[in-house]
Amino acid sequence: MTSGAAAVAQGHGHRDDVGAKLGMWLFLFTELILFGGMFIVYAVYRFSHPTEFHVAATELDTLVGTINTIILLTSSLTVAMSITAIQKGNKWLSFTLVGFTVMLALAFLVNKYFEWGHKFEVGLYPGSAILLNKPPGEILYFGLYYVMTGLHALHVIIGVVVLAGMMMFIAKDKITRHSYVRLEAGGLYWHLVDIIWIFLFPLFYLLH
Amino acid sequence: MEHHEEQKHHGTHVISYGRYLLIWLGLLSLTGITVALSGLDLGQWIIITAMTIASIKTLLVANIFMHLKFEDRMFRVFVLVAVVTLLIFIVLTFFDYAFR
Amino acid sequence: MTTSAFVTEATEPDFYHVRTKHKGILAWVLSTDHKRIGILYLVTMAFFFLTAVLLGLLMRLEMLTPGKTIVEPQAYNTFFTLHGIMMIFLFIIPGLPAVFGNFMMPILIGAKDVFFPRLNLLSWWLFLIGGILALVSVFLPGGAADTGWTFYVPYSVRTTTNVLPALLAAFTLGFSSILTGLNFITTIHRMRAPGMSWFRMPLFVWSLYATAWIQVLATPIVGITLLLVSLERLFGVGIFDPALGGDPVLYQHLFWIYSHPAVYIMILPGLGVVSEILPVFARRTIFGYKFIAYSSLAIAFVGSLVWAHHMFTVGMSNTGVFVFSFLTFLVSIPSAIKVFNWIATLYKGSIEVEVPLLFILSFIAQFCIGGFTGLMLGTLAINIHVQDTYFVVGHFHYVMFGGTGFGLFAAMHYWYPKMFGRMYKKGPAVLSWLLLTIGFNVLYFPFFVMGYLGMPRRYYDYLPEFQTSHQISTLGSWILIVGLVIMIANLLISLRKGRRAEANPWGGETLEWKVPSPPPLENFHEIPVITTGPYDYSKYERVVQEAK
Repeated sequence: MTSGAAAVAQGHGHRDDVGAKLGMWLFLFTELILFGGMFIVYAVYRFSHPTEFHVAATELDTLVGTINTIILLTSSLTVAMSITAIQKGNKWLSFTLVGFTVMLALAFLVNKYFEWGHKFEVGLYPGSAILLNKPPGEILYFGLYYVMTGLHALHVIIGVVVLAGMMMFIAKDKITRHSYVRLEAGGLYWHLVDIIWIFLFPLFYLLH
Repeated sequence: MEHHEEQKHHGTHVISYGRYLLIWLGLLSLTGITVALSGLDLGQWIIITAMTIASIKTLLVANIFMHLKFEDRMFRVFVLVAVVTLLIFIVLTFFDYAFR
Repeated sequence: MTTSAFVTEATEPDFYHVRTKHKGILAWVLSTDHKRIGILYLVTMAFFFLTAVLLGLLMRLEMLTPGKTIVEPQAYNTFFTLHGIMMIFLFIIPGLPAVFGNFMMPILIGAKDVFFPRLNLLSWWLFLIGGILALVSVFLPGGAADTGWTFYVPYSVRTTTNVLPALLAAFTLGFSSILTGLNFITTIHRMRAPGMSWFRMPLFVWSLYATAWIQVLATPIVGITLLLVSLERLFGVGIFDPALGGDPVLYQHLFWIYSHPAVYIMILPGLGVVSEILPVFARRTIFGYKFIAYSSLAIAFVGSLVWAHHMFTVGMSNTGVFVFSFLTFLVSIPSAIKVFNWIATLYKGSIEVEVPLLFILSFIAQFCIGGFTGLMLGTLAINIHVQDTYFVVGHFHYVMFGGTGFGLFAAMHYWYPKMFGRMYKKGPAVLSWLLLTIGFNVLYFPFFVMGYLGMPRRYYDYLPEFQTSHQISTLGSWILIVGLVIMIANLLISLRKGRRAEANPWGGETLEWKVPSPPPLENFHEIPVITTGPYDYSKYERVVQEAK
């Protein structure tokens, strides 16, 4: 990326950042389709059980969802800014911004933990007697709620690990202003996690 | 898509902090709008407005935060292919469910 | 294909004999060389293939007589489940791309390796782990999975057999497949030699490219679907189980959204192999290069739109049934384009009959039968009649085994001298081709007849009137297995005893024939500069012209 004239990379020797990013984007597509499969399930069930989905959604706290949305959007901002920082050679600013992203991600998870915990307290979890007594559409809604937000949370956790790795690379000068494609790839992953949430949020929390 | 992706090349594109902050503010406002709209009784329109707003937010994140706007055209073509594939999967599935 | 011949003098050791960081087996299982990884896939895949063949052979033996012949019904259920899982996820899907794609694709485009060599190794490891999981699920308490390879709910949620390890195996194998696809797309985009424009790429590479896109865009759907079934089994989350309000037909949609395109993951590289081998032995430039190249992409695209033709009888809406039936017919167009162009390539060629060509000819004939019966199945009136019968089983074996399987055998006999630096004996190879072709058709053709008469698939028992057909079919399985044993023995013995192969034994024009057999570690001393298309046989064509 220094000169940008990477030509056709010939394997060993030349670096090809565009190719590396291409590979990362292809990976993101697989993640997109992975969640896409669940969006298909959601669409079909919401289509066949519209009122029950509305009723079930009232159990969710819009405020918690909104706060988590703001947290994730902000974390996307900081990780994006960390790339500008490294491009400008501000190693420690970049390090701090990624660190900030990690903290926000952890805050998101803490929020999620309490949210799920509360659902468990009131007996709304897969297989619980209270849930099983509800109409089928509500069982499906909560099934999807747990699976989709759960898998998303798992991606947040993976993201935390990835970003922590990026901090290490920055600290050890493995990521520098001349070679930062790894940070870009890590950032891309994090933005995807954010985008998935951008869709999950209205689909589950804003159904009133 | 011949093979200009090898020849044409963007240089390093540095996006300013200010621009990022602007986009972030935009994302926050859109979040506010979509939450506010959910309080209104829009009936069937709620899903359409909510998905439209989510798509706009996604476009902002993808284009600016993910630098898609500044990448080679090939990247945008590929993203389009992936998204269209997913949409086709959804639409074709509904050829079954919508007509049951 | 290039301006200068650049077969190197044997100064550089081939990739088997280079100094490696690790010794012994570690030099293989930790190698990031695409050629070594290709061979790793070949060896592991051959093991799973032979296991699955054995299961198939036992199933045929069981069907020799009505009622019990050798095993109990539950054993038969696990046999067809494991046969399916292994053949599909461990043999046909990775088969051509992972073995020959890995070994040949970088050489064919003039590159030294794939774009992400370490990711490539990870793919193989995931493949191995997935395969082991599938095997382990057999021996764990609870018994091997008995759901069929399709894992249909609600049975897969309720049965007490080891469905979870099998699901996990399929998930892991899917992940491996995705990484291979991702790697190939990036490699083909970024690492083609100078002058190797898209339309100078060998057609096998085109087919791998189309395949890779399906791998990346369709596989995650089955990944998440199997994951959802696992969660439903583990935690009783309501997703597909009708007892919890779920819709089992939705499971089938999701399963086939991947698994139908997966059929094209299986067959596309086979079609690519045909396009690759035909011009070499017809000594003619391939007819309609661009049509074949585009038809690969067209098959990949249209093939992703037809999945619900597996589900015409499960209670879909009529609109859905019509739409999917119509789309199904569309796939035949790009497939037929390929067949016509192959025939046109043979026409007026200076055909040289070698073993790979023989397998290719069987491929084309059997693929046509498989394709035409596919059209019959896409026709609503016939589909209702033969759904879930042996007709369907016959159809997909004609495409998957008669097509892809024979394509793999053709590729094996075509690239064998390049991969191992030896030639196999032609006599036994021709004999094995003959036996395989006869055995295959004797085995599977009766399936069409039985299916049309109403023999349901996956049944342990059958009515006495089907016995003759079943016995003919079982006889075919014995002929087939003899052919297979001769083929494998011939290839194995030739590894040591075969005469040394020169760089270009077939007179091929693509890049792999311009490097030594076997190739050196980094394939090329110097990256070649490409100036012409891949199948330039003008010199032969000139000779033919002059002879007139």
